[in-house]
Amino acid sequence: MRFTKLILAAVGLAVGVSGFAVSEAKAAEQFIPSLVYRTGPYAPNGTPFADGAMDYYKMLNARDGGINGVKLVVEECDTGYNTDRGVECYERLKGKGETGAAAFSPLSTGITYAIIERAAKDKIPVFSMGYGRTDASDGRVFPYVFTAPSTYWSQASALVRYVGSEEGGMANLKGKKIALVYHDSAYGKEPIPTLETLAEKYGFTFHKFPVTHPGLEQKATWLSIGRKLRPDWVFMWGWGVMNQTAIKEAAAVGFPMNKFIGAWWSGAEPDTRPAGKAAIGYKSAAFHSPGSNFIVHQDIFQHVYGKGNGTTTEDLVGEVLYNRGLINSVFVSEAIRTAMSKYGNKAMTGEQIRWGFENLDLTNAKLSKLGLSRFMKPVKITCLNHEGGTPLRIQEWKGQQWEFVSDWIEPMNDIVRPMIEASAAKYAAEKGITPRTCN
Amino acid sequence: MEFLTAIFVSPFIEIYEYPLFFIEVVLGGLLAGVMYSLVALGFVLIFKASGVFNFAQGAMVLFAALTLVGLIEHGFPIWLALISTIIVMIALAMAIEKVVLRKLVNQEPIILFMATIGLSYFLDGFGQTLWGSDVKVLDLGIPNAPIEFLGILVNQFDLVAAASAGTLVAVLAIFFQKTRIGRALRAVADDHQAALSVGIPLKTIWAIVWAVAGLVGLVAGIMWGTKLGVQFTLTLVALKALPVLILGGFTSIPGAIIGGLIIGMGEKVAEVFWGAAFGGAIEDWFAYMLALAFLLFRPQGLFGEKIIERV
Amino acid sequence: MLYREAGQFKTSYAKDQAIFPILQDRVMMVLMLVVAFVGVPMLASEYWLSTIMLPFLVFSLAALGLNLLTGYAGQLSLGTGGFMATGAFAAYKLAVAFPEMNIVIVFLLSGVITAAVGVLFGLPSLRIKGFYLAVATLASQFFLIWMFNKFPWFTNYSSSGVISAPPRAVFGDFFVTGSSASPANKYLFTLVIVCVLALAAKNIVRSHVGRSWMAIRDMDIAAEIIGIKPLQTKLGAFAVSSFYCGISGALWAFIYTSSVEALAFDITRSFQILFMIIIGGLGSILGSFMGAAFIVLLPIFLSNAPTMFGLNISVDLISHMEFMIFGALIIFFLIVEPHGLARLWQIGKEKLRLWPFPY
Repeated sequence: MRFTKLILAAVGLAVGVSGFAVSEAKAAEQFIPSLVYRTGPYAPNGTPFADGAMDYYKMLNARDGGINGVKLVVEECDTGYNTDRGVECYERLKGKGETGAAAFSPLSTGITYAIIERAAKDKIPVFSMGYGRTDASDGRVFPYVFTAPSTYWSQASALVRYVGSEEGGMANLKGKKIALVYHDSAYGKEPIPTLETLAEKYGFTFHKFPVTHPGLEQKATWLSIGRKLRPDWVFMWGWGVMNQTAIKEAAAVGFPMNKFIGAWWSGAEPDTRPAGKAAIGYKSAAFHSPGSNFIVHQDIFQHVYGKGNGTTTEDLVGEVLYNRGLINSVFVSEAIRTAMSKYGNKAMTGEQIRWGFENLDLTNAKLSKLGLSRFMKPVKITCLNHEGGTPLRIQEWKGQQWEFVSDWIEPMNDIVRPMIEASAAKYAAEKGITPRTCN
Repeated sequence: MEFLTAIFVSPFIEIYEYPLFFIEVVLGGLLAGVMYSLVALGFVLIFKASGVFNFAQGAMVLFAALTLVGLIEHGFPIWLALISTIIVMIALAMAIEKVVLRKLVNQEPIILFMATIGLSYFLDGFGQTLWGSDVKVLDLGIPNAPIEFLGILVNQFDLVAAASAGTLVAVLAIFFQKTRIGRALRAVADDHQAALSVGIPLKTIWAIVWAVAGLVGLVAGIMWGTKLGVQFTLTLVALKALPVLILGGFTSIPGAIIGGLIIGMGEKVAEVFWGAAFGGAIEDWFAYMLALAFLLFRPQGLFGEKIIERV
Repeated sequence: MLYREAGQFKTSYAKDQAIFPILQDRVMMVLMLVVAFVGVPMLASEYWLSTIMLPFLVFSLAALGLNLLTGYAGQLSLGTGGFMATGAFAAYKLAVAFPEMNIVIVFLLSGVITAAVGVLFGLPSLRIKGFYLAVATLASQFFLIWMFNKFPWFTNYSSSGVISAPPRAVFGDFFVTGSSASPANKYLFTLVIVCVLALAAKNIVRSHVGRSWMAIRDMDIAAEIIGIKPLQTKLGAFAVSSFYCGISGALWAFIYTSSVEALAFDITRSFQILFMIIIGGLGSILGSFMGAAFIVLLPIFLSNAPTMFGLNISVDLISHMEFMIFGALIIFFLIVEPHGLARLWQIGKEKLRLWPFPY
């Protein structure tokens, strides 16, 4: 009978689903979950990031046999940038492996918000590298969240400093017009308070232009910007298809590209390449170098791609988002290594890796040992400061690749840090958290 | 009070002070509207001929564009890729008719609607499995530079899009009015049963309609794909076509065009001049509200067929 | 044989009008409830409770709400996500503004607020019908999401527009929201709410109100002629439906993800819930639950299946396959049984009545 079969199938499905909760664990393996999105509206940006993150772990396993002899087991879970799928991935992966998940990089502001509390309860660090909750940089209130090497608020201040230097001094910012085009979501709204504070301090006027998700249509926004407001500079906090649409529309109203600066999530190959020639001269912030001329990439070519084990194709190694995924893995694996220096060479628990993150000190010497010299600036995370606060650089799209056009720019920590602490204190009060003390 | 001024006074002062800018916004809106019409047309064709609200139109736009770009990337010359894509879209239409529609004849509209949603999921997954989900560049050499004319800025790309939409509508009109198949299509649209009884093969007609909608989807895919790059997000352009549809009426081809123009212009003008009063980013819901306002006076859309109800 | 009604006599009107007039149904229902209230919390792992059972219950409630509107009253709506968001944000504002208020009351009030919003956006239904109405309800969807995203008042001026649920207990230390709430607590609390509301829904649709909804659904002009007022009936349906969706949204924000931004309730959410009721069965309370189970479980199952069977497939391929299988299954189910899983269940029962002696 057809229907009984269907019911049987349904029962089978239910039984089957219950089976996957079981997972086996082997000795001396460190389990690392990787929340990625290789599908959905943001897949073009999510895929290179995931590839870079994966290749670095593969390289560590192939070259060094893992970290200090502990093999890394990485499992990806596709969130499609959906918060509820992200939560499901988190719950599924958090208990896997011998010692549970090492650290989560949620790769989406929404998912970060959703798992911050869960992770604190489960004692698993959340490493939201350059996204998520900016005020989580206050390690007293958020012991389990790490935002290194920089945050949106620091980035906004660094962008203003860059614009100031381009205008010939911060004093010249007075009376200038700066517009912000942003993804109308938790992510896009992050820089607004900082920019508003800075506008008051330096006397420029600040104009906001929200763009609704996913940002397919921006004609009205850009007509207002390019034909009426005519600002001196435009910043953009966009993601996915919104970026290339903005670049196209900016070109369509004749806005000069060299006055248009994106955040670090608005400055990668998938953002500029579809816009074609129009994108040449477009700038963006970055906390690491583009390109594959670094020792770490040579190691990846040799140990991963040389053995036909690569996650993507060789020509895509060294793209901006690939490198960012790689950096993400560098931070996680170095935190594990730091933790091992205290707790011994075995699989680390989330709690121990948290300590590792908190005592992570990527000095120049260490970076060059990792094959990352000139790739990024040193970062030091402390109990109080989970951000580290590296300087940023501005890169420009040359038509085929990104190139740096500025020197390293320090963020305005003196302005941003008090804002972070005030915001974190407000969160602590709302949630009834007593901040710990850092000596 | 301040809010009321922002709604009732300052936008008009702004329009008065910057008349050229106002014209630019109106023009930009009309041209954006044409892009919406391109997508809406596909919906109308299918609804007219089979009464199916085809939610998969967005997925068809993506699928067509993906196939085209994928073939070009595999070294096909553009003309060959284009022809191959057309063949693929026709094959797809035939498959849909055979696998889905024929099995669901005589079901309620909501069931058919649901089936097209299932179809759109399938196509999204299928297209990406075949061609990958990274963003692909579609460059057919359409210029994107702005040109100024009497101090008014227009974009060449938008003009090309408008021209191709115009051509498409003209071709469709001739197809519907002058050809044998076109007349058969209109007969089916008017009354399935009557059409059947005079010997019009319903199944063939449906396959043809879906094929035509697929081709319209291809044109829309080319235009939108050139604009945004070919990627998953293209399916979401369907959402921009929905207010156009209800405003113009589900069954009218001129409705899709005029609806597109009204929606495009309305939302851009609202966003630019009234957006500030509400904090911006109002164009998405404004399009729907505008369509809703029209519906309250004409519940079947501007050009839709009058709904006659009997007990 | 297994499902024999013979010998069950109804000797009073009360018995005849019982919700489950047949003994087997009653036994089954009690069994289900026992399993749900006792078995599941004892046996299920934390993963199961917090990522499968909770969303299943929350979605069931939303599907129930939409089914009342679409399945029973015949008003096709795509604004469910917007109404869920209304419930979520109303609950957040209430919970933060009145910390002493019991969380149950907060949820009920947020449902009431959503009902009011629902009535407002239901007004066009008096004039517009069918797909035109469906697309028109998208106006409410887009408007509400935009509103919650835009005005910082709704999120208590949080810089990013994300609300996160404050810790609240129903009584004593039975915490149901916040980080100290255990998944079992959350599950039980949600289950109670869903059961009570499902029972209410079952009774509403059997009552005078539900019958007038169905009359409007089947032919509104005819219904009007026999004296059913379309204004009250349609708006009533919007109110009740939105009440359910609002509570479901509040549960989503407070209990399931425990922090939410307006975009979580975007248009895809509305479609997801529409799928549930169509797959489950329009005009069926049971169908809402079955549809929710199908739509919640299937993607999770599909994304876990390759690892379960030890296949090594890249996650993007899995996700694409998931899309394809999901779409294909929807079409398959519609072809096999356009009236949804609930109808399959009914047919199954009919067969069981005779089985194993069908002649």
